[in-house]
Amino acid sequence: MNKPGIFLMPVAALLVLAACEPGPDQDGPAPYASRYQPLPSVATILQGATVLTGTGERLDNADVVMRDGKIAAVGSDLEVGDMTAVDATGMWITPGIIDVHSHLGDYPSPEVDAHADGNEITDPNTAEVWAEHSVWPQDPGFVTALEGGVTSLQVLPGSANLFGGRGVTLKNIPGRNVMDMKFPGAPYGLKMACGENPKRVYGSKGRAPSTRMGNVAGYRSAWIDAADYKKKMDGARTAQGGGEAPKRDLKLETLAGVLDGEILVHNHCYRADEMSVMLEIAREFGYKITAFHHAVEAYKIADLLKQNDTCAAIWADWYGFKMEAFDGIRENAAILDRADTCTVMHSDDALGIQRLNQESAKVIGAAARVGINIPPERAVRWISANAAKALGIDDVVGTLEPGKMADVTVWDGNPFSVYTKTQKVYIDGALVYDRNDPSVNPVTDFTLGTSARHGGAQ
Amino acid sequence: MKAAIRLGCTLLVSISSAALAQTTAITGATVHTVGPDGTLENATILINGGRFSDIGTNVSIPQDAQRIDASGKIITPGLFSPLGQIGLSEVSAVAGTNDGTQRGEDFAASFDVADAFNPRSIVVAISRIDGVTRAGITPRAAGPDEEGNKSQVLSGLGSVVHLGDSAEHFVKRGALVVANFGETGSSVAGGSRAAAVQILRAALDDAIDYQRNKGAYERRAWRDYSVSAADLDALQSVLDRNAAMLFNVNRASDISVVLDIAAEYNIRAIIAGGSEAWMVADHLAAADVPVILDGINNLPGNFDLINARLDSANILVDAGVLVAFGAGEQTHNARLLTQSAGISVANGLSWDQALEAITLAPARIYGVDATMGSIEPGKDADLVIWSADPLELTSYPDQVYIQGDPVSMESRQTLLRDRYLQTDSELPPAFRH
Repeated sequence: MNKPGIFLMPVAALLVLAACEPGPDQDGPAPYASRYQPLPSVATILQGATVLTGTGERLDNADVVMRDGKIAAVGSDLEVGDMTAVDATGMWITPGIIDVHSHLGDYPSPEVDAHADGNEITDPNTAEVWAEHSVWPQDPGFVTALEGGVTSLQVLPGSANLFGGRGVTLKNIPGRNVMDMKFPGAPYGLKMACGENPKRVYGSKGRAPSTRMGNVAGYRSAWIDAADYKKKMDGARTAQGGGEAPKRDLKLETLAGVLDGEILVHNHCYRADEMSVMLEIAREFGYKITAFHHAVEAYKIADLLKQNDTCAAIWADWYGFKMEAFDGIRENAAILDRADTCTVMHSDDALGIQRLNQESAKVIGAAARVGINIPPERAVRWISANAAKALGIDDVVGTLEPGKMADVTVWDGNPFSVYTKTQKVYIDGALVYDRNDPSVNPVTDFTLGTSARHGGAQ
Repeated sequence: MKAAIRLGCTLLVSISSAALAQTTAITGATVHTVGPDGTLENATILINGGRFSDIGTNVSIPQDAQRIDASGKIITPGLFSPLGQIGLSEVSAVAGTNDGTQRGEDFAASFDVADAFNPRSIVVAISRIDGVTRAGITPRAAGPDEEGNKSQVLSGLGSVVHLGDSAEHFVKRGALVVANFGETGSSVAGGSRAAAVQILRAALDDAIDYQRNKGAYERRAWRDYSVSAADLDALQSVLDRNAAMLFNVNRASDISVVLDIAAEYNIRAIIAGGSEAWMVADHLAAADVPVILDGINNLPGNFDLINARLDSANILVDAGVLVAFGAGEQTHNARLLTQSAGISVANGLSWDQALEAITLAPARIYGVDATMGSIEPGKDADLVIWSADPLELTSYPDQVYIQGDPVSMESRQTLLRDRYLQTDSELPPAFRH
């Protein structure tokens, strides 16, 4: 069985981080902190599989050992000892799939108005809201995503606002509340949005922004305020500053967190020209854009993204649904990957998150059409290691390297075949999904008694 | 300039096949005919006058035939996307480019989207280079416009088009009338799905009465109807079984209501969406009502879809229901028919049935299978030469033929791709062409 003590360390690390934020109660877990606990696990060896490690390597006829919730070893003919052995002959094993852009829980199924909690469409700057405070853990989409091999995901606010609020990274194990699901130690994200959405939403209300230049003015004004707030806060903390700390401001606290490098910017931005301008704003105010999301035109500036160490998180083939998606092409990821730009396939969709492997397959096919060969061991990075990098959790997850969290997906074939399905999913070494043993699998409260297969009337 | 180039290619192609009336022989491929011949290895396909003239493993090739070597390739019929607005929608969020919805006070049975079809849409080229050669263009309900004008229970007439270069794109105009039941029907009919049923029944009753008393009605010696004469004529084509009535409906109980209406009025019903159709599969089979299934939806997007599941197609086909794949929202990505088919194979459908569900089945559902949907002598020569297994997302067409002509394998997306694949150019992208 698992040893819970081992998993306290990352939680403790988060406590230290959280303790830097002002708060009256320093006893017990920090407010809103992760209370995630791995499910019980046994030491397990998956034997004889094709292993895509997420580091760019492919190992044939290899074993993966999970012990105490961590990857213990990957290699050939490993000692079984007292471990539970799983015959994975003919199977493929990848790191657990990670989606950097989800709205599960915030825009859950069923998509009723009463559940639409992902966009605080009341001001172009709502940096003060946190997506986690909308997460409904009973969203059946978490379970179907798990069936698709997804072990971690970032839930982001929507894109109506210039600053949409904080995103949160979750372990994909439905809990009683969002704290039970929060990925221990993961940094927060800040959702920003370019382009059509903010200017349409606020322009139609007769207020700023109503243009792209209005968008940019909005970002810059906010960063000026944030820099001022940060200066005063820093001053109050240091002996030299000596000043009194300003009243705590949730909005500015989040933005200052970006300027401090603690909160990662996830910027919804389609067009190449707009992404280029956003990078200038980041230069002006001294912050980093960790990833552009929905970066439909990223292929036009692959070199620029590479220079800035900014990831491009994209769909395989969405295009044409609005003007800023008019130039979407399936080869986007192939062109980015060829330039060695951090390439990430994301979903933004409760159906798409179930098959990020197939989204990647579409790109492999489109690339082959123009003579670019993308082997599986390279493509899998788009939905594992690169996604972990974009979320700032690549030191603990995203590849099958010893010491990392044992988040592992077992497939019944090449994951980039349309015929392939997941067989087993492990999170922190615990078997949390088994296609052949439904008793293992989670069923959300909503599903109970509504679905014909889970007690509903047929 | 680009348009001129495209047109030039188009002309060349049509002159070569039409004027010379030459036979084309495609040899060496594995051919999935989706017809009585099944799958043929190392087969020869003869095309003449835009139609298949012979298919087999022992076919003599005329001396003057143009030979296409497809050894090692896989050939299927062209794909048929049964739902969506190809040629009716360029950019979904740009209102002026969308013609799939009529809003307003009129009952919309006679609203005919065929008059809005644009064969030069970028979506046509993007779809066909990935194998889609035929499409149902289907009007749809949508939310109210800025003035509050609403969609109606009936969305209008749908047609079948081919996506080739010949001037006559319509295979069958007015092949179907679209009706909206379930939650959508409720939202447009006044707050209850029962109201949508009531509105449709009243209109069908009126259409029957109108047919019997047309003369008196036209002399103004008869009662008024709930809808216009044009709409009554459109409904007449449904009652005559010339057109089908396509019901956008998902909940099992709503599907049962459709079956009742279909039996009562003796109309050809089609279920589109059909997330819970598997629950009434036997009834659908008994009533010979086909289903156009959204093949990848397994979540309760709304309460009508509570029992959506990925193995629906398998359950329906096993029960004897005719199943095609298609989703109303797949206009721009109609090419993803192969993904729906592939996922259904992963969930138990046979490969052959899955291919049929994206080729012959939609043709049968719309009553156009006499001329398309399979590789059989006499049918229009729509085919796709694939690099590998067509249901795999890593595969792609090497060449697509529509009505015997090879189509240009260029689209706006391939042009963008090729521009930005050039990284050795010192010139800005605008100068790379």
